[in-house]
Amino acid sequence: MAISVLRVSVWRGAESGAFRTYEVPRLESQTVLDVVTYIQRSLDPTLSYRFACRVGMCGSCAMTVNGKARWTCRTHVANVTAHDRLEIAPLNNLPVIKDLVTDMSVFFNKLAQAKGQFYGSRTRNDDFARVPPDSPQRREADAAIECIGCGVCYSACDVVKWNPDYLGPAALNRAWTLVNDVRDTTHAVRLAAVAGDAGCHACHTHMSCSELCPKQLTPTASIAGLKRMTLAAALKKAL
Amino acid sequence: MNRRSQVLLWGAQRASAAVLALCVVVHLVTVIYAVRNGLSAAEILGRTRGNYGWLAFYALFVAAVAIHAPIGLRTILSESTGWRNPVLDGLALAFGVALALWGWRAVWGVFV
Repeated sequence: MAISVLRVSVWRGAESGAFRTYEVPRLESQTVLDVVTYIQRSLDPTLSYRFACRVGMCGSCAMTVNGKARWTCRTHVANVTAHDRLEIAPLNNLPVIKDLVTDMSVFFNKLAQAKGQFYGSRTRNDDFARVPPDSPQRREADAAIECIGCGVCYSACDVVKWNPDYLGPAALNRAWTLVNDVRDTTHAVRLAAVAGDAGCHACHTHMSCSELCPKQLTPTASIAGLKRMTLAAALKKAL
Repeated sequence: MNRRSQVLLWGAQRASAAVLALCVVVHLVTVIYAVRNGLSAAEILGRTRGNYGWLAFYALFVAAVAIHAPIGLRTILSESTGWRNPVLDGLALAFGVALALWGWRAVWGVFV
């Protein structure tokens, strides 16, 4: 590792602001979150950013790194730059509160708009629902279930940029897991919520969400499934 | 426009795209055949006039274009301008009707 110092441009300010450059010692196995943490603790304590678990579980540390949305705690510097330059900005498509912190209310509200909550019919007095692990619906849900709500896909999505009403990949991916959950009782309501110009049919299949999802999920496939399912419902006048 | 209509529009655009994929291939093969064999306008008209097969094919081609293009135009205008209201739907519909009328007029022109 020949580089000993990283020159890191970090967004400072809110919607209006500017990049400020810091010099950070380059270390072995250094993550982008390590870099941001070093700046805040050793160079500029006024820098605001968000993180919690540091191990890729909580989804709170996503930022735009060298132009691409990434989870910073599991992104090694070596994997995003071969040089000594790093640019770190807040996530795109979300209002900036300060520095690297975005207001994720819209993102989480859209999970609710897409009926991302589970509604079952059983009570605690009933037996467990038995869902065969190899059933087609369980497999579809399994493929999409590991979302940590980091907002990387939402930030990377062109359609969100063009159509602020669009629910976005994460909300639609969540809805897909639930329409494949045989225990859920609100499929019809959810399909109506995710259909149309602000829902799954707005997706242009650019696949930026699938390319950048840190959990290697493919929201594009989930959205394609919703498109087919909602079209079938519309043809049956069940939408 | 209600959500069911939006979904049906999406379905119509997908279905018309499938038809277009076939029609474009047949059309291109026809154009290449005509050019490579040096067919004159009169010779081409000689093949299309009174031919119900070509009439049906190009009528279908025009119908697919008239369905597909306005739905796409509606989306493009909506995304690039932020314009989302019934006027946009009306404009897209008018564009589709114009495409259909112009296209079918042309098809009829080489049939009769």
